[in-house]
Amino acid sequence: MNIVVLVKQVPDSGTQRTLDPSDNTVARAGADNVVNEIDEYAIEEALTVKEAQGGEVTVLTVGPASATDAIRKALSMGADKAVHVVDDAIHGSCAIQTSAILAAALQQMEYDLILTGATSTDGQVAVMPALLAERLGLPQVSGAQKLTVEGSTVKVNRQTDGGYWALEAPLPAIVSTWDTINEPRYPSFKGIMAAKKKPVETKTLADLGIDPSTVGLGSATSSVVDFAGRPPKGEGVKVTDEGDGAQKFVDYLAGQKIV
Amino acid sequence: MAEVLVLAEVNATGDGARKTTLEALTAARALGDVSAVVIGAPGVGAVLREKLAEYGAATVYVAESPEVDEFLVAPKAEVLAQLVGEKSPAAVVIPSSPEGKEIAARLALKTGSGFLTDVTEIQPDGTATQLAFAGQVIVHSKVNVGTPIYTLRGNSVTPEPAPAAGTEQQVTVSISDAAKATRVVDRVVEQKSSRPELTEAGIVVSGGRGVASAENFSIIEALADSLGAAVGASRAAVDSGFYPHSFQVGQTGKTVSPQLYVAVGISGAIQHRAGMQTSKTIVAINKDPEAPIFELADFGVVGDLNVVVPQATEQITARK
Ligand SMILES: Cc1cc2nc3c(=O)[nH]c(=O)nc-3n(C[C@H](O)[C@H](O)[C@H](O)COP(=O)(O)OP(=O)(O)OC[C@H]3O[C@@H](n4cnc5c(N)ncnc54)[C@H](O)[C@@H]3O)c2cc1C
Ligand SMILES: Nc1ncnc2c1ncn2[C@@H]1O[C@H](COP(=O)(O)O)[C@@H](O)[C@H]1O
Repeated sequence: MNIVVLVKQVPDSGTQRTLDPSDNTVARAGADNVVNEIDEYAIEEALTVKEAQGGEVTVLTVGPASATDAIRKALSMGADKAVHVVDDAIHGSCAIQTSAILAAALQQMEYDLILTGATSTDGQVAVMPALLAERLGLPQVSGAQKLTVEGSTVKVNRQTDGGYWALEAPLPAIVSTWDTINEPRYPSFKGIMAAKKKPVETKTLADLGIDPSTVGLGSATSSVVDFAGRPPKGEGVKVTDEGDGAQKFVDYLAGQKIV
Repeated sequence: MAEVLVLAEVNATGDGARKTTLEALTAARALGDVSAVVIGAPGVGAVLREKLAEYGAATVYVAESPEVDEFLVAPKAEVLAQLVGEKSPAAVVIPSSPEGKEIAARLALKTGSGFLTDVTEIQPDGTATQLAFAGQVIVHSKVNVGTPIYTLRGNSVTPEPAPAAGTEQQVTVSISDAAKATRVVDRVVEQKSSRPELTEAGIVVSGGRGVASAENFSIIEALADSLGAAVGASRAAVDSGFYPHSFQVGQTGKTVSPQLYVAVGISGAIQHRAGMQTSKTIVAINKDPEAPIFELADFGVVGDLNVVVPQATEQITARK
């Protein structure tokens, strides 16, 4: 079983994030960059499938040179090797362009199962699995809270409002995972040491046969016109309950004409 | 005026339009004459047509086939792409939901277009507003190629009726084998609630780890019921088994944007904020005066939720 896991590096969602005013793209320089949290669940799921079925787990990321940190994290959790697509022309690409790059990279790899996170915290668009399924002509099996592989069939429970849908698709397929699917392992000391020796192949757009003028900010299918920080909320009122906290809360709601 | 296609969705009970559909019809009017598109099992057009007309659909395209619901997402994207090809609309507006965004993405590739997800507003010139980074940054974006495709975030536009003809036009559905890849074998509903749908509710009362047990969530439910609100939960409350996952608010749960959000026993972690930050009014009840949720709150009560919440419920009920 060849499994490819898509991992993205994003600015830490626990910190103040913004766009770069020079070109309105995500400010990655100076940000505290981490593995997109939910991708750790995809990595964990890949390792679980590998442990049950045998095979190999390859990490794939499209991102700047600094994204090697995210790759190392995945390798130290137990992935076997990695492909890192890095090229200055990629800067500012929209989701559609990124999907073209990921699809081209995947076409040069062997896979039975492609795993991704359900959504990234910087774009928060949750569209990459659908885009890749469309481009590669693969079954889209997105939003998994449970995954099993039976022979050449993948079975997934897709998380929905108030329940789930049971999905089935033939392999190869692309599956995205939510954070309900498992509990990601922490890299062990041994894992961290071993990761340093695992192969990471770097590829450029030329290696993928992609014309650089078709990706990046200049030819993005959508772009940011302008942006502004959300105006800070006016100072709120804070009361300490001394027996009258509930009363003050209800009075406030009444003042807002809510009750 | 140019034609704008709006993808309609049926509600959870299958007997009407989702509120987000009416919002999308309302927002789409900024861009041109609205036509609704209904894609689903036979009969779905009849369920929706009248409501869609009431909210401004001059034409209702009805594409019915049992196969549409048998497979995930791809058939709907295919039918919609076919219509876009035939009608050359000025834009397509789709209610934001996991499925809505996936349809938008696939439609964009099929039609050589750009798309913008989770927009909160669309200007007549096609510029849309988005909230980036858990609502920290307000962004104006535009589509540069093809037919602009938008997914509209729930609760960002107030649905307004604008009666129109709602003339039904049947669309012939032929789904390719490629789109029949992921079969929906079963649809399982685990929680049925008589309360308003979380993402559509005007008021949401959420409980966190501070609620301390599943049994004690009854005090959150009681406050919610006194306000006619939906109940939400933080991930810590969900992970601790206090409340089912489908009620989780936050980055990996639901995004809500109600008139009033009441956070009870919730610290206000960034991942929680990501799902509720854009609520119009935020009230926090927490015993820790330093809890970060107070930074967001318009009104905060520092106190024990076990004391404050039941008292508040009693007083709200008494006022009715
Ligand atoms: C990938 C990822 C995704 C995540 N997604 C989400 C998400 O979608 N939604 C989400 O909510 N979180 C999410 N989280 C988790 C998030 O980081 C926090 O851990 C979580 O929001 C904390 O929940 P809490 O505020 O209920 O718990 P805590 O942080 O433990 O806060 C409990 C609060 O209750 C107060 N309290 C305790 N007892 C009382 C009392 N008697 N009276 C009044 N107040 C009391 C305490 O003072 C404290 O402030 C995610 C994390 C990760 C890594
Ligand atoms: N640049 C990228 N490199 C690798 N994987 C990515 C990239 N962008 C998105 N993904 C994957 O697609 C998932 C969904 O991302 P998104 O559609 O951006 O919310 C992420 O969780 C990743 O697994």
